[in-house]
Amino acid sequence: MIVAASIATPDVDWAALAPTLALLAASALCLLGAVLFPSDSRRLFSAVVAFAGFVAAGILAAGVYADTPDGASLIADSMTRDRLAALAQILLAGIGALVVLGSHGDRRREHVGEYYALLTAAGAGMVFFVSAGNLMTLFLGLEWFSIALYVLCALDTHREQSLEAGLKYLVIGAFGSAILLFGSALVYGATGELGFDAIRDAPGADDPLFVTGLAMILAGLAFKVSAAPFHMWTPDVYEGAPTPVTAFMAAATKAAAFVVTWRVLVTAFPEQAEIWTVAAAALACASLVIGNLAALVQDDVKRMLAYSSVSQAGFLMIAVAANNESGGSALLYFLIPYTAATVGAFAVVSARERELGRPVDVASLAGLGWEQPLHGVAMWVFMLSFAGFPLTGGFLGKFTVFTAAYESGWWWLIVVGVVFTAVSIAYYLGIVRSMYMRAGSAPEATPVAVGGSPPVDRALDLTLLAAIAVVVGSFFAVQPLFDLASDAISQLPL
Amino acid sequence: MLTTLLILFPLAGALLVWLAPLPREATSGLAFLVALAEVGLWLGSLYRFDFDTQDFQFAQTWEWFDSIGASYAVGFWGFSFWLAGLAVVVGAAAVAYAAWADRDRPRAYYGLMLFLIGSIVGVFAAQDLLLFYVFFEAILIPLYILIGVWGGPERQRATVTFVLYTMAGSLLMLASVVAYGVSVGTFSLHPDAGGSDNTLIFLGFVAAFAVKAPLLPFHGWLRAAYTQAPPEVAAVLSGVVSKAAVFGFIWIVLIHFPEPVQDFQTLLLVLGAATLVYGSLLAFRQPDLRGVIAYSSMAQMGLITLGIFSATQVGVTGAVLQSIAHGLVSATMFFLAGMVEKQCGTGEVGRLGRMAKGRPALATLVMTTGMIVLAVPGSTTFAGEFAILAGVFDLGWGYAAVGAAAIVLAALYGLRLISAVLHEARGADVSENVPDLRGGELPLVVPLVVLLLALSAYPAAVSDNSFPGDEPEPAAVVQESSP
Repeated sequence: MIVAASIATPDVDWAALAPTLALLAASALCLLGAVLFPSDSRRLFSAVVAFAGFVAAGILAAGVYADTPDGASLIADSMTRDRLAALAQILLAGIGALVVLGSHGDRRREHVGEYYALLTAAGAGMVFFVSAGNLMTLFLGLEWFSIALYVLCALDTHREQSLEAGLKYLVIGAFGSAILLFGSALVYGATGELGFDAIRDAPGADDPLFVTGLAMILAGLAFKVSAAPFHMWTPDVYEGAPTPVTAFMAAATKAAAFVVTWRVLVTAFPEQAEIWTVAAAALACASLVIGNLAALVQDDVKRMLAYSSVSQAGFLMIAVAANNESGGSALLYFLIPYTAATVGAFAVVSARERELGRPVDVASLAGLGWEQPLHGVAMWVFMLSFAGFPLTGGFLGKFTVFTAAYESGWWWLIVVGVVFTAVSIAYYLGIVRSMYMRAGSAPEATPVAVGGSPPVDRALDLTLLAAIAVVVGSFFAVQPLFDLASDAISQLPL
Repeated sequence: MLTTLLILFPLAGALLVWLAPLPREATSGLAFLVALAEVGLWLGSLYRFDFDTQDFQFAQTWEWFDSIGASYAVGFWGFSFWLAGLAVVVGAAAVAYAAWADRDRPRAYYGLMLFLIGSIVGVFAAQDLLLFYVFFEAILIPLYILIGVWGGPERQRATVTFVLYTMAGSLLMLASVVAYGVSVGTFSLHPDAGGSDNTLIFLGFVAAFAVKAPLLPFHGWLRAAYTQAPPEVAAVLSGVVSKAAVFGFIWIVLIHFPEPVQDFQTLLLVLGAATLVYGSLLAFRQPDLRGVIAYSSMAQMGLITLGIFSATQVGVTGAVLQSIAHGLVSATMFFLAGMVEKQCGTGEVGRLGRMAKGRPALATLVMTTGMIVLAVPGSTTFAGEFAILAGVFDLGWGYAAVGAAAIVLAALYGLRLISAVLHEARGADVSENVPDLRGGELPLVVPLVVLLLALSAYPAAVSDNSFPGDEPEPAAVVQESSP
């Protein structure tokens, strides 16, 4: 007793940790359910628990957002409690809930409990990751959700592609993490500090080791956001992983990693802004060029969406390069319609995949718009949002990003962005063309599902409606959302 | 509130038509009722429109995106109110034509058509640059599907070229909108809201509108889109959507870029004149009805551009009058061409001929519209062209000479079309059985022709009421706002 009392324990802010803990609890419950429940009721139980976990995490994060007028460091400066983290957590929780809802009709036979347990565990890792306050917790969070995702990618053990995707992601992801870790070590070596705020204030910033460390940290994060030239894993992993997992990775990983990129660069390395804004601009250009040109020639829809996500990372990198408050707000705002459209688009693909019983290429979307009006309209809305058409949040996302870039004098980045938006229209509208303007399914594309008509999946329809509501709603309700984002961004030093 | 109602009513109608599980006839009937009610709404606002006030009417502003200074600001100025009127009238006629042609998949079709009408009205009503861009792009969404799904055999190529051209222009404009908003500090399109003297921003806007119109080097999408689209969609496209460029040239380029307009006036006038001549020559050479109408439409846009960039009161007013007249003419011509195509099975001029014999209704309508295309004195197009030529004459007699020469060219292609369809030897595809226009077709075309005749009798209805006040105005605004 006496010994225990004499150990100084840090003050723990349980409210700030609550979203992470909610998801961890859901993960544990799902695992328990896998043991305790018979297989026929296991799916429903796990899905409900996982859904409830994500929703609870979102609500708790919203409480933290409302309750945090000023940012603060927690637990020996290892974590941050601020609105940026809370807003990102709300977004991540929303993505998770949508993915759970959309994948309920997936008819997964094996690893049901594990699927939901890993999904919530990955969600917990991301929710922790975005509130990281020093390089150690950053790496911890990164590995936490990455390891869960490696397993999720390989979850369809009967499919070779799934195993391949898991292995590829593991090898390349571990490589990216190692670079990040090495960079962290160099920065620590140069400054003797781990905390973001402490690094900013520490002497030794002109040490070449320090700059090298910054570059390696940026590269490590670029792996996670799949910005070119660190995107090589993206198309293969997106294609091979089970489609709901792909949706989760494409939306949530990118959102979390971009938020953390912004946080690290702005809080720890403001003095080096001249260096990393140029690097971000270069990453943006590379992503736009490679992502868009490669997406043009893809046949498989999931691969196309993978390259499209690389190109979207390019737009987000423009916001990072802008390095001003409107850039940060634009980044957060951009993520809202982007993630909703991503989850929705992959949900449509997974529904078609289930119906046809094979991977979906552009040609096999033919006639989808007429056979399944809701899926068609939803996909149409998501493609328009990716392409940045008005009446979708994607338009205002691009618009605000460009505005921020213009304010910082990056006018040529806007030109690059505009040119490649034009290129992207070709493949985004190609999907719409295939859905509406090609004749119905070719003979070889007849549904293999038993029973003829496509299966009805109310949960998936609900997911699509919710995603449409977010994508279109974020266009009309841009001001309140942008205010939330600005409030979050203004708590960081800039 | 009226303006918002004019925009939202067709959009709500679109949603209703699309979602209501009605049988075929009921769907087209419902859509037509919505379109007709929209015309009624416009007439109601016309009754309440005060053409003597020098300000926006039915103006309305809602907060939308304060952080960057954009708002939902709508309202009408005399000339834009006429353009909106053109949009709803041609839109209603197009819906009626589609009902006559009995389009497949009616719920999707009429939903998109009404969506199109609503967004075009939005373009003419927008008083905020970002909002204008939103509507300007929103037009493209229904058009893409309308052409791509219900178009002719080469519709896929037509949609791809159309969208790529338009988007290339629009995205240049997007960059300009960003730069304009940040550098001027507001997106307001009010004439007093300031402007920019940045040449690059200016060129972005010009490029977008030059594609939309289209002007000479940017017309690559024109023929495919106008000939492959269903006739009623082509009518809306050439009659109304191209007028979005007219609105943009007048209300954005002319008013808010006074200095660049002066610097580039010669270039813009030359482009307009070249478009006029080139379009007329191509129209004369086209083998099919819709090709002729397409390029004559392009030529007319060249003429209208001439009028706008004369930057004189009379020239701009003439351009507006000509826009309204051309919108009606072009829609009528596309409808007539569509009917002839449907009845004879071809639109090739060489396979038609002598249709006047035994078909008095068709002959009368084609002849009347044809005369208005030719701009015979007394027609509304004559009034418009005269005003435009008077406007450019002040800047140099050369432009007026080109313009006058183009009227001769218009006579060439117009008369060729009339004689090739109505007279000459009977064409291979014109059998005795091809009927005249009957009760089903006449109500689609006659109202438009009546409107044209009314406008011919009294063009001042538009020209006196486009820019209010004694010394009205883009021209004066241009001078005022130059520093």
